[in-house]
Amino acid sequence: MSNQEKEPILSAKNLKLLTEPLGRNNPITVQVLGICSALAVTVKLKPAIVMALSVTIVTAVSNLVIAALRKSIPDRIRIIVQLVVIATMVILVDQFLKAFVFDVSKQLSVFVGLIITNCILMGRLEAFAMANKPWPSFIDGLGNGFGYGMILIVVSFFRELLGSGTIYGYPVLEKLGIFRTGYENNGMVILPPMALIFVGLIIWFQRSRDKSLIEKH
Amino acid sequence: MEHLLNIFIKSIFVENMIFAFFLGMCSFLAVSKSVKTAMGLGVAVIFVLLITVPVNFLVEKYVLKKGALIWLGEGFADVDLSFLTFMVFIAVIAAMVQLVEMVVEKFSPALYNSLGIFLPLIAVNCAILGAALFMQEREYENVLEATVFGVGSGIGWMLAIVSIAAIREKLKYSNVPDPLKGLGITFILTGLMAIAFMGFMGIKL
Repeated sequence: MSNQEKEPILSAKNLKLLTEPLGRNNPITVQVLGICSALAVTVKLKPAIVMALSVTIVTAVSNLVIAALRKSIPDRIRIIVQLVVIATMVILVDQFLKAFVFDVSKQLSVFVGLIITNCILMGRLEAFAMANKPWPSFIDGLGNGFGYGMILIVVSFFRELLGSGTIYGYPVLEKLGIFRTGYENNGMVILPPMALIFVGLIIWFQRSRDKSLIEKH
Repeated sequence: MEHLLNIFIKSIFVENMIFAFFLGMCSFLAVSKSVKTAMGLGVAVIFVLLITVPVNFLVEKYVLKKGALIWLGEGFADVDLSFLTFMVFIAVIAAMVQLVEMVVEKFSPALYNSLGIFLPLIAVNCAILGAALFMQEREYENVLEATVFGVGSGIGWMLAIVSIAAIREKLKYSNVPDPLKGLGITFILTGLMAIAFMGFMGIKL
């Protein structure tokens, strides 16, 4: 008879895996993973949300698969194996997007394919899934996907509001009548450089709230 | 000739991998603490792009595209393997990186020692796969154009990482607010540099 207690599905430890990436251990602002796509797809909310969901699904499922296979993967070829699993998932997501939301798929252009080399995936697979059981790995993947998505949504919310005056395509500022007071959309915010500056500001905000994250030189 | 020069200049300045598309940001942020290592990684990226972009171009043209397999015989005329693009590109890149590593180790141990640690990392650098996917999306006409595009993108990437590394070396002596130190200020600096690079927009030879 085993005295091993069965772990509840959402134990405190697993819950922590889910919530930590949202704040103190955020993949973008703290772990510095997956920046490339985070910046490029944040002009409008809609592509950002689609991208966030795609990354979450790919991260969670490939974490699950790799964690299940972790004991049978030879160490030397693990990168190739990981890439194959990730690439398969990304192809599925890409075909799905092309079939159901073609316009968003066109806007995301190469960035769906680039999920393959998104560092969040390799980072989580190497750091977590190779050493943990499938279920916690799945949770970890979900958590990191959400953490990534959160930054994407915050950045794209501000860029869409300030740059195009809309929220999820709905012309908020026009309905509020702000344009009549002489306000104009800031064309600068739509351009790529502002994405970097926005993420920089988010990091500044987060680190001034949580002093333990400040880098020491 | 002029056409090629145009692609070259465009891929270095106007469509710079980092400042216009944010590709390869992870290693860009992680390895830009000193100019010397930044230089090493930059050279390695140029090297790998020089090889993988034309190889992927040929693979795309003769294997993946719809009807590309016609050279095998009439029966293959409407085979369309394009859904395999990601998988094949990433496999080609990983294999080429491995190959390049072995060749460099054999023929130039000095170069190998200076690039050594960076080469395997490059397989998962988004700039490499990004260049391959852009090459596919923009439909370059021949191998030469694809090669020029690959090298140009590599040089643009190196230019970006070396200049940010130089700025970060100087930055150590300046008084940055604590929460902005390190990552935060690097993001904002990259943003400012990207604004400067936007001045190149619209240049055409």
